[in-house]
Amino acid sequence: MSRLRTSIHASLLLLPAVVLLAAFTHVPAVRTFIGALYTTPRGKRPAVFVGLDNYRQLLDDPVFWQAMANNVWYAALTIPLSVVLALVMALAVDARLPGRAALRMAYFTPTVLPMIAVANIWLFFYTPGYGLLDQVLGLFGLPETNWLGSRDSALYAVIAVAVWKEAGFFMIFYLAALQTIPHDLREAAAIEGASRFTFFRRVTLPLLMPTTLFVLVNAVIGAFRLVDHIVVMTRGGPDNATALLLYYIYEIGFRFWDSAYAATLTTVLLAILAVLAAVQFLFLERRIHYR
Amino acid sequence: MKSEWAKSDAGDMAEIVVDNLTKVWNSAPAVDGISFTCASGEFTVLLGPSGCGKSTTLRLIAGLEQPTAGTVAIGGRDVTRRSPAERGIAMVFQSYALFPHLSVAENILFGLKVRGVPRAERDERLKRAAQTLGLTHLLDRKPAALSGGQRQRVALGRAIVADAAVCLMDEPLSNLDAQLRQEMRAEIRSLQRRLGMTMIYVTHDQVEAMTMSDRVVLMRDGRIEQQGTPAELYDRPASGFAARFLGTPPMNLLPWAVGAGLVPGALANGTGGSIGVRPERLRLGPPGPGLTATVAAIEYLGADTLLTLDAAGVKLIARTDGHERHRVGETVGVSCAAGDLHFFDAASGRRVEANGNGCNRPEQGGEA
Repeated sequence: MSRLRTSIHASLLLLPAVVLLAAFTHVPAVRTFIGALYTTPRGKRPAVFVGLDNYRQLLDDPVFWQAMANNVWYAALTIPLSVVLALVMALAVDARLPGRAALRMAYFTPTVLPMIAVANIWLFFYTPGYGLLDQVLGLFGLPETNWLGSRDSALYAVIAVAVWKEAGFFMIFYLAALQTIPHDLREAAAIEGASRFTFFRRVTLPLLMPTTLFVLVNAVIGAFRLVDHIVVMTRGGPDNATALLLYYIYEIGFRFWDSAYAATLTTVLLAILAVLAAVQFLFLERRIHYR
Repeated sequence: MKSEWAKSDAGDMAEIVVDNLTKVWNSAPAVDGISFTCASGEFTVLLGPSGCGKSTTLRLIAGLEQPTAGTVAIGGRDVTRRSPAERGIAMVFQSYALFPHLSVAENILFGLKVRGVPRAERDERLKRAAQTLGLTHLLDRKPAALSGGQRQRVALGRAIVADAAVCLMDEPLSNLDAQLRQEMRAEIRSLQRRLGMTMIYVTHDQVEAMTMSDRVVLMRDGRIEQQGTPAELYDRPASGFAARFLGTPPMNLLPWAVGAGLVPGALANGTGGSIGVRPERLRLGPPGPGLTATVAAIEYLGADTLLTLDAAGVKLIARTDGHERHRVGETVGVSCAAGDLHFFDAASGRRVEANGNGCNRPEQGGEA
């Protein structure tokens, strides 16, 4: 009897969280998978089951392929750049130097700012002619550039913003990890005659691997998830040069209201993320020492 | 061979001379002008309470800190401005400082790899060190999978595989349980003798100092309180501090009036200083003309028994045979031989030598 009561109590306590999670995460996810197999209901026309037709459409959609290519390129640059930059910044502010608290704060500030604000700041940096970047380059006699308006440079311009925004966030994790490495390891290595570089390669880097995995997983998710600055700065343009997968999904779903096709794209995005996460865990996990 | 310093012929090549060494942290001296010499092949213990500067001294010798003043010479070479690696030393840290992601073998070989010792020689040295320390079956383990004693051995392995002539140890046994500590004391001592290493060993444990060392350097507040062989420090402590720091239970330090009662008639009435006597030197008998005390507490230790005595409010401890029977509350007479008394100056706490046959009252404030 009392066991029954205990389990009823427990269930009741769990209920609010379960309801919220189910209503806003699990049910929509499952409905997305299902929705991808139907047509979009319009007016009096109900949704019709079409099997994999939506996926076939996707294969023939040039904008999808463009967005995929953009996103792969975007991920391939932002992930390593932001992770390496984060590590370098963490090593810099971990050292004993005067004013390191101020430096840490400076590195972390972009993380605190909302992406919308960051995008607007950078929008000013990139403004042709009187933007900060062109003003600085102008000092060296370089011509004006429309960084966000040119197909050649727009994607790199938004990549720079993402790296600037993300690196400070990852730095915090690296900094925390660096501070857990006991100082006497460095001293023991110094007595053995290890150079700073040898110590970094043989001790610091391996001990940072758990953090690196965590940061990498986050960076990968971020590369597919963070599109706020695209909305503010380029709206995917010019000519889809900065259309990332998630931004394309947003356009299909909420500007063209083609919910079935948006669901199809979402399923693909989730599949990509799942595969990437699995690969990271399987390959890196083995090489990581957890303390 | 690349590591030209690594091979010691254990001659006079490894004498350590510390001269007027000083380290000041934010205007507070942690080490205040200390000088001592550790002869080649000798086992020297830096002993003292926490905060006395013994660890800082060791780190200065290792080159992990830069001295404010003074010099360190190893093997006749001034190494004060040299990097730790150039000093030809090995060091065992209190925390062992093992690399957590490397196996035991890799931990031990870390330094040899860094210095580019050829593989064949590396393997040979690893084999030897592992056999010496009984680590052969653990070489593939990570430090996390080892017990405290095994980690300690790995740290030792890293020190001996370097074949350095000088080995520095910073409280290496403080993280082990009592049983293991005793075993490791003997093991480290015999290892040091066998390999002919010059050892400087930091500890706050006077038992380690007494049992392991050739010489003890007793430190207090950044200065050397006394240095000498363990017997010298025990038999002729240079100060009240030294007298109380070595020996368990510590020496009884008694006010003049009480101490004088231990040897009736031998000491004239005096006012200055304190009188010290080791607990094992006190003799108990029936209440007599000398000092009388009541037994306040009894600690039976098997081989001997510690009695806490109360002589008119002054506590003293006597060590007696284990089979001697006393009762709490019993009144006893306490005495000792005049030669067993130590005299310390009231103001400075320094030792004052007794005159003549050793039982007269010392000159007031004499040579302190």
